Amino acid sequence: MPTVSVEREALFVQLGHTYTDEEFDELCFEFGIELDEITSEREEALKSLGEVAASKLSKVEIEAMSAAVIYKIDVPANRYDLLCIEGLSRALKIFLRDMDAPTYRKVEPCDGARQVMKVLPATADIRPFVVCAILRDVTFTPERYASFIDLQDQLHRNLCRQRTLVAIGTHDLDTIAGPFTYDAKPPTDIEFKPLTHGDRSFNAKELMDLYLNDASCKHLKPYVPIIYDAPKYPVICDANGVVLSLPPIINGDHSKITLDTKNVFIECTATDLTKANIVLDTVVTMFSEYCSDPFTVEPVDVEYTNDAQSPSYVSPQLFARNETADVNFVNSMIGIDLSPSQMVTLCEKVQLGPARLIDDDKTLEVHVPPTRSDILHAVDVAEDIGIAFGYNNIVKRVPKTSTVGGEQPLNRLGDLLREEISRAGYVEVLTHGLSSKYENFTALRKPIAPAVELSNPANIEYEVVRTTMLTGLLKTLQHNKSASFTKGFKIFEISDVVIPDDKHVVCDSIVGAKNSRRICAVYAGPTSGFEIIHGLVDRVMTLCEVAPDKEYIANSAKADEEKYRVARDGYTYTITESKEDTYFPGRCADILFTSPASDERVKIGSFGILHPEVLQNFDILYPASCVEIDLEPLI
Amino acid sequence: MSSAEEKLLKQLSNDEGAIIQDTFVWSTSVEISHQEVVGAVKSLLVDAYITAKESTTNFFVLSKEGEGIVSSGESQEISVFKAVLAAGVDGIAMKDLDGKVGKAVSKIGMGNCMKSKWIGKNGANLIAKIDSIPEDSVLAALQALKGDDSGSSLDSKLLQNLKRRKLISSVSRKSYEVARGPSYSPVRVKKAADLTKEMLDNGTWKETQFKSYNFLTLGEKVGGGYLHPLLKVRAEFRKILMQMGFQEMPTNKWVESSFWNFDSLFQPQSHPARDAHDTFFIKKPAETVSVPEDYYERVKEMHEKGGSGSIGYRYDFKKEEAFKNLLRTHTTAISSQMLYQLANQEGGFKPMKYFSIDRVFRNESMDATHLCEFHQVEGLVADYNLSLGDLIGTIETFFKKIGITQLRFKPAFNPYTEPSMEIFGYHPDLKKWTEIGNSGMFRPEMLAPMGLPENVRVIAWGLSLERPTMIKYRIKNIRDLFGHKVELARTRTAPVCRFDTTGTVA
Repeated sequence: MPTVSVEREALFVQLGHTYTDEEFDELCFEFGIELDEITSEREEALKSLGEVAASKLSKVEIEAMSAAVIYKIDVPANRYDLLCIEGLSRALKIFLRDMDAPTYRKVEPCDGARQVMKVLPATADIRPFVVCAILRDVTFTPERYASFIDLQDQLHRNLCRQRTLVAIGTHDLDTIAGPFTYDAKPPTDIEFKPLTHGDRSFNAKELMDLYLNDASCKHLKPYVPIIYDAPKYPVICDANGVVLSLPPIINGDHSKITLDTKNVFIECTATDLTKANIVLDTVVTMFSEYCSDPFTVEPVDVEYTNDAQSPSYVSPQLFARNETADVNFVNSMIGIDLSPSQMVTLCEKVQLGPARLIDDDKTLEVHVPPTRSDILHAVDVAEDIGIAFGYNNIVKRVPKTSTVGGEQPLNRLGDLLREEISRAGYVEVLTHGLSSKYENFTALRKPIAPAVELSNPANIEYEVVRTTMLTGLLKTLQHNKSASFTKGFKIFEISDVVIPDDKHVVCDSIVGAKNSRRICAVYAGPTSGFEIIHGLVDRVMTLCEVAPDKEYIANSAKADEEKYRVARDGYTYTITESKEDTYFPGRCADILFTSPASDERVKIGSFGILHPEVLQNFDILYPASCVEIDLEPLI
Repeated sequence: MSSAEEKLLKQLSNDEGAIIQDTFVWSTSVEISHQEVVGAVKSLLVDAYITAKESTTNFFVLSKEGEGIVSSGESQEISVFKAVLAAGVDGIAMKDLDGKVGKAVSKIGMGNCMKSKWIGKNGANLIAKIDSIPEDSVLAALQALKGDDSGSSLDSKLLQNLKRRKLISSVSRKSYEVARGPSYSPVRVKKAADLTKEMLDNGTWKETQFKSYNFLTLGEKVGGGYLHPLLKVRAEFRKILMQMGFQEMPTNKWVESSFWNFDSLFQPQSHPARDAHDTFFIKKPAETVSVPEDYYERVKEMHEKGGSGSIGYRYDFKKEEAFKNLLRTHTTAISSQMLYQLANQEGGFKPMKYFSIDRVFRNESMDATHLCEFHQVEGLVADYNLSLGDLIGTIETFFKKIGITQLRFKPAFNPYTEPSMEIFGYHPDLKKWTEIGNSGMFRPEMLAPMGLPENVRVIAWGLSLERPTMIKYRIKNIRDLFGHKVELARTRTAPVCRFDTTGTVA
């Protein structure tokens, strides 16, 4: 969610009204933005310096910083019109009915001759689109100028996806001459003085290398890779060959905007034309406020020499349209009962006016201004009417939907077993699903096997999705060294591991991996506890109504309770000695399961004494035994 | 009963006023070690058989060297003086003196003789300065201490001197003056700590006296196993949602396609949440194998061109973006699949309520309240003509069951819900208003491509499981709740999870 910083006093001047912080917070809440933080330039600066550096500042230096209160306001990510103080205050004033929504107009140049931007075919391969507009007779002040720059930064960060989709360039029109050309040229053929270094000229290649390496230009470094390796770089020139900009990196110094600039030429180059239009519309609707004829913009002809790239068009779009919403639909969607005329009135509050009723008052037709690119569907209209009505004024109801609650069999069994295993003296733990390859495999003396691997792990601890639960439990033991082991230390967890599997289908889709629910338990104590873990295996099987094979318990002295056993027909299990490097030789067993679904015995888990090297890898000082069982077959 | 205890009680039994003046002296007389007697005194005191006054006695003991002087009958200085005097007027050379009295005696004795001016030097030789053997005051004092170790009859300066010469050392001893106590009896009856099977078998419990019990100490730890606090809350939430008629969704699927996680929810492919900064993408298996083909085409069409009353996002929808595998960022990826199946099941759509509580993964910077995996609670209702009012009512019912009765709703933005609301609640434990969840109605652009009837609406809300758990169990850092660094004592002490403690049926 983008955050916009505005000076409180300036905002209140724009709103024509003063609020207490609480009142303003309340207004934000109703409107759907959030007063996130109340601070000041001084406070912010001291905070960013950190305590130590801040303590070194002299009293004079601190007092030189502005103590003016700043509101940091979180705005919805799809409301680009709220990213600057102009738009924010405009939207709030309209919401409060202190002003009507402005009508944004295109006004042709007085001499009738539009400026032209010619787009040459070479741009198709690198950044195929450009849209332009001119703001005439603008009055800048230092505050307005700063806000103009800030809005471009905000848009670049959000909608423009760090300039990959759209990049904005703004120029003093009186320093350049049309027609303009948008072309792509080999980097060494582009020579100009960039905004960052007005004193000397570079070719584009040199400039990119400078931006990659010069610390003073590090704010530009992230954008360099967007074009760096391309054979041709996009460039905009005027009729005399003056370079306006090298999109999406930097503008030329020649045409730079100053406080004295009156006529502003705006160009947005893009890989996504829809977004370029939204960006340009946002910039012009916000800052045309400062034109001598407010809310007007002069259009530019954008002419593509290659029709296949794009048809030519007039820009900006100032994309406005009418959207219709059925009155009953709006009422039913929000759960209110407004008359059609009440809806028309509410539309004025949320910049959807002028609205009117058509089709026998059954349908509401609203005007979607260029500032409201977030409106895609009648539901967006319904939502805005809901906001204008006030969410907290809506009468709540409970859906009449009658359904029966239910749980997933796997989760139900898991929860039942959690209760039982904890009853058996095991403490439940909750460990991470992500692991390093080393801990998931090597530390357990296993060869690296296929696992779901992350392409952008946050750190080395989270390289793969675990394929075993054991790692998490052993790390828990490692971190509880100080606990008492004299009577044995027992922990367990029931959760998922993920195994690569390109056959597993869920909802007609195959992703190439499958979750597997596991029970994992560890005993550590003065002795290995192998028999204790073995006992847990038998206990889990008993709980799951699975009987031991006859031969398995034939010799057991502990079969005294067998006559009471309740088990499902055809479900049996046995254990057999096995060899796994994780376990101590001769103290490792597989759990084999037979069900009516299959004639063969299937391995569903294993248990054993952990190999001393495994213990050492996890820094565990006591002998330990563990078990890991696949839960799904036991449902 | 120890013999010391027996003898002590017997000693006091002679007559009512009998006392033992000093247990140390008494212990010597009965030939039991004093340490044993002190043990008996302390034990008898507990049951008030005796009273005792503690006293401290200071006394001197002779060192080995001191004992040596007493047994040889003279101090080193007397031995030296005698030898020097015997040598006559010419005196004696030092090495000859060593030979006569021994080196150790010579060294100490000579110094003391010089200090007392009994002898002097004549060139290299030692000569006597007085002509008769002086009194051996050191020997006399040591002998006196053998008789009376208190040293009370001796000059304090002399005692200091003997201490400095390490011939004696000062020692203190604690002993008791003992008399009968209120519960005195000549024979002690030992009280039992606990009732035993043996007592039941032989009936001795009837005569046995029992020790009094200290009620102000904690009982024994119960032992056994324990459930994890977060999963206790999960169990309670599941119960609540099932009571409300919600059916659990199969969320055991951590790896998901971008298609189901984002595209099916009408989240545009250029949305910032799809950045590597927010989402964990998968290197292996990097690409989804398949998704339902017809449905894929309808989703693509909706993004690119819109439909069902929407103008769409108007951009080129890319298959390689849709097929990128990731760790699901929300369980809504599953909700989407359930709704798709609901629309396409045999017999067509039927109203349904679904819920899930399971893990999701976000590539966020980790701090005290954020980990890169956490549990999401999600509930949704799909039915004809549902409204925002229904959503508010459903949310209120749920939160009331977890003890939050005052709610407010803030308009918000979410790419796949419209309208969207953030849920704020007055938290009874935090005693303040705080954001407690998110909610909304799924967009028609999400539902239409699934094939749901036009007037079917889906209301949904979600929250994390960790936050209510941290508030409930007063946990400040999420690492103390989730992961291998959890203190197991926290798990052992966590109370049961219940939210309504008023006893009313919520």
